[in-house]
Amino acid sequence: MNAARKQRLILVVSILVGLAIACGLMFYALRQNINLFFTPQQVMAGEAPLETQMRVGGLVEEGSVVRDQETLDVQFVLTDGKGRFTVHYQGILPDLFREGQGIVANGTLISRNRFEAEEVLAKHDETYMPPEVQDALEKAGHPGAKKGSEQ
Amino acid sequence: MLGSPRYFYTFSSRVLPWLTPIALLTLAAGLVWGLAFAPADYQQGNSYRIIFIHVPASSGALMGYMALGVSGLVAVVWRMKMAEVMLKSIAPFGAALAAISLVTGALWGKPTWGTYWQWDARMTSMLILLFMYVGVIALQAVIRDPRQAARAAGLLAMVGVINVVIVKYSVEWVQTLHQGSTLKMFGESTIDPAMKYPLLLSMLGLWLLYAVNVLLRARTEVLWRERRSKWVSKRVKEGEH
Repeated sequence: MNAARKQRLILVVSILVGLAIACGLMFYALRQNINLFFTPQQVMAGEAPLETQMRVGGLVEEGSVVRDQETLDVQFVLTDGKGRFTVHYQGILPDLFREGQGIVANGTLISRNRFEAEEVLAKHDETYMPPEVQDALEKAGHPGAKKGSEQ
Repeated sequence: MLGSPRYFYTFSSRVLPWLTPIALLTLAAGLVWGLAFAPADYQQGNSYRIIFIHVPASSGALMGYMALGVSGLVAVVWRMKMAEVMLKSIAPFGAALAAISLVTGALWGKPTWGTYWQWDARMTSMLILLFMYVGVIALQAVIRDPRQAARAAGLLAMVGVINVVIVKYSVEWVQTLHQGSTLKMFGESTIDPAMKYPLLLSMLGLWLLYAVNVLLRARTEVLWRERRSKWVSKRVKEGEH
């Protein structure tokens, strides 16, 4: 390689390495803000601010969904295995909302164990299969068959 | 050899007649198989079928950007003419794919997640990828001298590769609404084979179509840049394409 090219290569590589490091550090420093939501564990640990607009994400606990018969009020427990709290929501839930499903809720934390949601979004996992396969897995008692949405 | 515009021109004349039909047929087969014949999903029903457009478009946009970055490196360091031509030819189709990825993602997000858009890391970095593509195209358009334009755009293209890494790993590094990768380079993919094969076929078809588009654009660009050369005027006189 001739001298001019070598110099340009060194220059370009050092610019890129410098920028990559800068981006990496920025990403690391802002990690908490880049995360779309707080997990129940973080909420329990007091890392999430009270009475501030924010998002929480986790799994809807099995058997915890309580729907009001007259209104659109719904209440369920959000968990990630390490923490749990109650979410209250008034409105129409997305089609994919079900027990065991991963969801992200936007709203405010009233107390450490009560979240008032204004918007509930369903997460879905990266697994795709036909219903028959799902049925077969469930019948065979496969552990992955009736799984929620969180990875 | 491929570094010579003239050689590239004759080489691409030989490749295009068979690459074009293969690309179109592969893409058509993958899409028809996926959209009409693949089974429905156990959770999402038929709405998951947009995956057969969304994933090929997204992967094409990401791979195209990697190729753009490599062209940028070669154009800036080695000043190869063909790398400059590639820098100009790769960007437009990639930008279109990034846009398709964002639009199909939004359309898919509404019925499944319940929202068209959230500022999560995957979606935001994908939007930045579209802006990077547009930036590379715009930079080449505003600088008159094609060689200087290539150096500036090449540098921008290389810098943008950092963002490609962020797009790829955003779903693993931070909490996002977007789920993780279904197709895994190593290890088992979490998709039923009846859905995986049409998906892979659509991806391959779209990548090939991308290659066809890049070759066509590069040929036009080569002719324009070499318009004063003997081989081009000879071709024109002899009425060849």
